[in-house]
Amino acid sequence: MPSILRRILSVASLALLLPAASPGAWAGELTVSAAASLSNAFKALAPAFEAQHPGTRLLFNFAASDALLAQIAKGAPVDVFASADQDTMDKAQAQQLLLAGTRRNFVTNTLVLITPADSALGLRSLADLGRPEVKRVALGKPEGVPAGRYAKGALEAARAWAAVEPKAVYATNVRQALDYVARGEVEAGFVYATDAAVQQDKVKVALTVPTEAPIAYPIAVVAGSPNADAARRFLAFVTSPAGQAVLARHGFQRP
Amino acid sequence: MESSAWVALALSLKVAGWATAINLVLGVAAGYALARARFVGRDLLDALLTLPMVLPPTVLGYYLLVLVGRRGWLGGWLHETFGIQLIFTWQGAVIAASLVAFPLVMKAARAAFESVDTRLEQAARVLGLSEAAVFFRVTLPMAWHGILAGVLLAFARALGEFGATLMVAGSIPGKTQTLSIAVFEAVQAGQDDQANLLVLITSVTCIAVLLAAGRLSRVRGGVA
Repeated sequence: MPSILRRILSVASLALLLPAASPGAWAGELTVSAAASLSNAFKALAPAFEAQHPGTRLLFNFAASDALLAQIAKGAPVDVFASADQDTMDKAQAQQLLLAGTRRNFVTNTLVLITPADSALGLRSLADLGRPEVKRVALGKPEGVPAGRYAKGALEAARAWAAVEPKAVYATNVRQALDYVARGEVEAGFVYATDAAVQQDKVKVALTVPTEAPIAYPIAVVAGSPNADAARRFLAFVTSPAGQAVLARHGFQRP
Repeated sequence: MESSAWVALALSLKVAGWATAINLVLGVAAGYALARARFVGRDLLDALLTLPMVLPPTVLGYYLLVLVGRRGWLGGWLHETFGIQLIFTWQGAVIAASLVAFPLVMKAARAAFESVDTRLEQAARVLGLSEAAVFFRVTLPMAWHGILAGVLLAFARALGEFGATLMVAGSIPGKTQTLSIAVFEAVQAGQDDQANLLVLITSVTCIAVLLAAGRLSRVRGGVA
């Protein structure tokens, strides 16, 4: 018994040491805060970038763009910021959180209305969301999620917002809205075309939603980044043919 | 802005109130069964019922999602049979809050019932009281003080529930967006004014609960 106890104690003490050893051990860590919709594509980009730049390791922080901005504004140690809309990046710029001259658009995306793959609703227009069979509609919370703002804007333009608002289930980021539809908890939801492609077996695209302005993703180096050179190299990589090829494979288009 | 904070407070109190009421019945019953009944697997049952206190709320949220979701085996049946959907409803939030707070009542009740002198119950039986009367007029009043402490802790825990609730009930303003979820949303969206107000309301509410708890236990203590 005492030997088992000793073993448990030694494992426990090792576990305590682990988190102290791993972060910060890499001199060349580059922290990238990116919109949730970029998660699969950026993770796929990482190996090629790290192979090209030995000694630099990418750390990703995926969330809704507004949440990422709030973190950066509070002084989170972030090197690169990629948001899903211009508004959020404009706010970052207005608060002087970006390294001047580094902002650029690197991909575009489209908004789609999706339903569970086995849905028999046959939605043909945004107005169809007003039908009584549609009980719940998932979309990102407009105050904090760009995909939600795009969706709300499109619904308002189509004069369908009043019918959809009482049915709205707000997600913390666009991938949560995707998950709600994939699990069949809602009849329909608004996500990007690239998100719908991630869960192809569980959701289907009912229609492509027209947005007032094209959905272009900006990326920039964060002001005060201690790794500004590596950050610039990452920006150059995502706009390079190699980087764009990976992004295109995940459904993103060139700006 | 401001009114939505009060809506969130009212919703939090409603959810925590229902969760506490449910646990008052189920938690006390389970605590009594574990304290008095002798059966094989009692320790295992105690461990299983205590699990919600130990498991991460996200794990509970996932279990609930799989269980009561529209495609879950219980949720699917409820939806087919009664047309009931629990996900994204305040009732779903009550289920999540009840589950995480349940062990607090059960544990306190079990300990309280175990400390009741069974000779007093015997005496009541000898005097001709029925089993139900023995429970409600002898056992429960004597155990009440300990149970109440657990119930108040459970109310506080239910009031602060976040992880499982967010996964099961989502964040629908006025329907399932409780105080703790509203705080999270406001911070995520960078709305510091709203977050400040919500945090203030939450802190004041919790202090009020603690003060009420202190007073209540003193009053009850005097009676018992």
